[in-house]
Amino acid sequence: MGLLIFVLILASFLGFELISKVPSQLHTPLMSGSNAISGIAVVGAILSLLGSFQVEDELLRVIFGTLAVFFATVNVVGGYLVTDRMLKMFDDKKEDVK
Amino acid sequence: MIDTLYIVASILFIYGLKMLGNQKTARKGNMISSIGMLIAIVAALLSAKILHWEYIVAAMVLGSFVGVVASKKVAMTSMPQMVALFNGFGGIASLFVGWAEFQKYVYAGSIDAQSEFNLLVIALAILVGAVTFTGSLVAYGKLAGKITSKPVLYSGQQVVNVLILLTILVGIILFSFNIGLPPEVLIYIIVGVSLLYGILFVIPIGGGDMPVVISLLNSFSGVAACITGFVVSNNVLIVAGALVGSSGLILTQIMTKAMNRKLGNVLFSGFGAPSKSAESTQDLGDPNPITVEDAYYILEAATNVLIVPGYGMAVAQAQHAVRELANILKENGAEVNYAIHPVAGRMPGHMNVLLAEANVDYDQLREMDDVNPNIEQVDLAIIIGANDVVNPAAREDESSPIYGMPIINVDKARTTIVLKRSMSPGYAGIENPLFYKDNTRMLFGDAKKTVQGLISEFKN
Repeated sequence: MGLLIFVLILASFLGFELISKVPSQLHTPLMSGSNAISGIAVVGAILSLLGSFQVEDELLRVIFGTLAVFFATVNVVGGYLVTDRMLKMFDDKKEDVK
Repeated sequence: MIDTLYIVASILFIYGLKMLGNQKTARKGNMISSIGMLIAIVAALLSAKILHWEYIVAAMVLGSFVGVVASKKVAMTSMPQMVALFNGFGGIASLFVGWAEFQKYVYAGSIDAQSEFNLLVIALAILVGAVTFTGSLVAYGKLAGKITSKPVLYSGQQVVNVLILLTILVGIILFSFNIGLPPEVLIYIIVGVSLLYGILFVIPIGGGDMPVVISLLNSFSGVAACITGFVVSNNVLIVAGALVGSSGLILTQIMTKAMNRKLGNVLFSGFGAPSKSAESTQDLGDPNPITVEDAYYILEAATNVLIVPGYGMAVAQAQHAVRELANILKENGAEVNYAIHPVAGRMPGHMNVLLAEANVDYDQLREMDDVNPNIEQVDLAIIIGANDVVNPAAREDESSPIYGMPIINVDKARTTIVLKRSMSPGYAGIENPLFYKDNTRMLFGDAKKTVQGLISEFKN
């Protein structure tokens, strides 16, 4: 458990460092892009459904796990695509300008 | 093997996030981060024997479908509420993971054998996930205009909030130490009260403060995923969650700075509720309304034009028309720039996204600190649906609720035309003395129609 907390602290510092200076026009893509990353809960959701068990015996677990996979997938897929759509607009424009 | 994949995924997230912070690499960064996500998902699927593929596959297919359709359909002007909604989905996913893990213990009959830490992280994942979910839903409702964007305040609000927080705290302690009520009962209380708290947390926050709230909720969804990482003992969730949590906090801080406010102040003060001092009816004089035709003559004569867009431009979907007008003005020999206030609109960087959609060049977009020193040189400032970010009361009136917030000083430009629907005060409900100045002209009406009207005047 100590190791997990170590990882947590390191990653938090890294997050602070990475984002300290970002031009304001990137604020929205940055937010929606990092929002897509928080869909990493999908991994937890998949892990919660692993193992051998009878669905009838553990119905609530299967329902919750499946819902978790669904919502996290929407977050991941939607988040990345929407971010890409926004960034593409920025890119297209660069090419338009001469 | 699986751990290696998780490490690769974590590295890709870090690189992706780093590249997202730079204009040239942003799009690639987003792709790299999505590859990291794919690798993490594959690793999870490989990590143990899965007996019930059908549920995972069905949920992923359906989730991808919804995600694809939503991201293709959404209009750029509706982006803030879409991001809020996706964010909420991430939160509820963490809630369900925590709950599913708990049910695992229930079915195995092993609750009593769990350490306090194991139960604590489940309770925390549920708490933060639930607050993120309902908080984001309320933010979505406010942004989409489905519920009032005014702060919802009632007497005893602080007391209610403190009581709810105490209930959650006590519930989590009892749950973690497995005392008092059985955990199987307590978990329902924790879920219910946490969901309720998310609603109560966001309803008192006004529309103008949404950039702060959205980035804070974004940070929360990362924290929720991070705690879920402790629930399932998985490093990649902890790393990715912590990255989002901390970068979201930084963004929140940038936003509060741009409004010269403290985070606590945004969250607990119900900013934008008509305060006593703002209601005092001081005599500001009369506004000077003009017609589109009059405005045309002013525009025609201007050589240095500054366009200041705000949320009203998003609502009226006027960004394309605005760009067309700007092009006409340029052909007419004027220098045209856009001044972007960091909190204009309803999410961080909102105006940049809209103007990018309308193909406005970067070099025309100016930040507040660039335009203010030379604002006296501007012949004509055109305010399109912005209000508080150009309110001189923030500079001059110490009793104003927004006093001290940095603004774009358009009142110092030679002439200002304000495109606005009516004289009613904006989201924050604060009177704007700019509208009554002698060199300010009010051009009432829908921003898009007005701008189109100006364009056709030029064409005649």
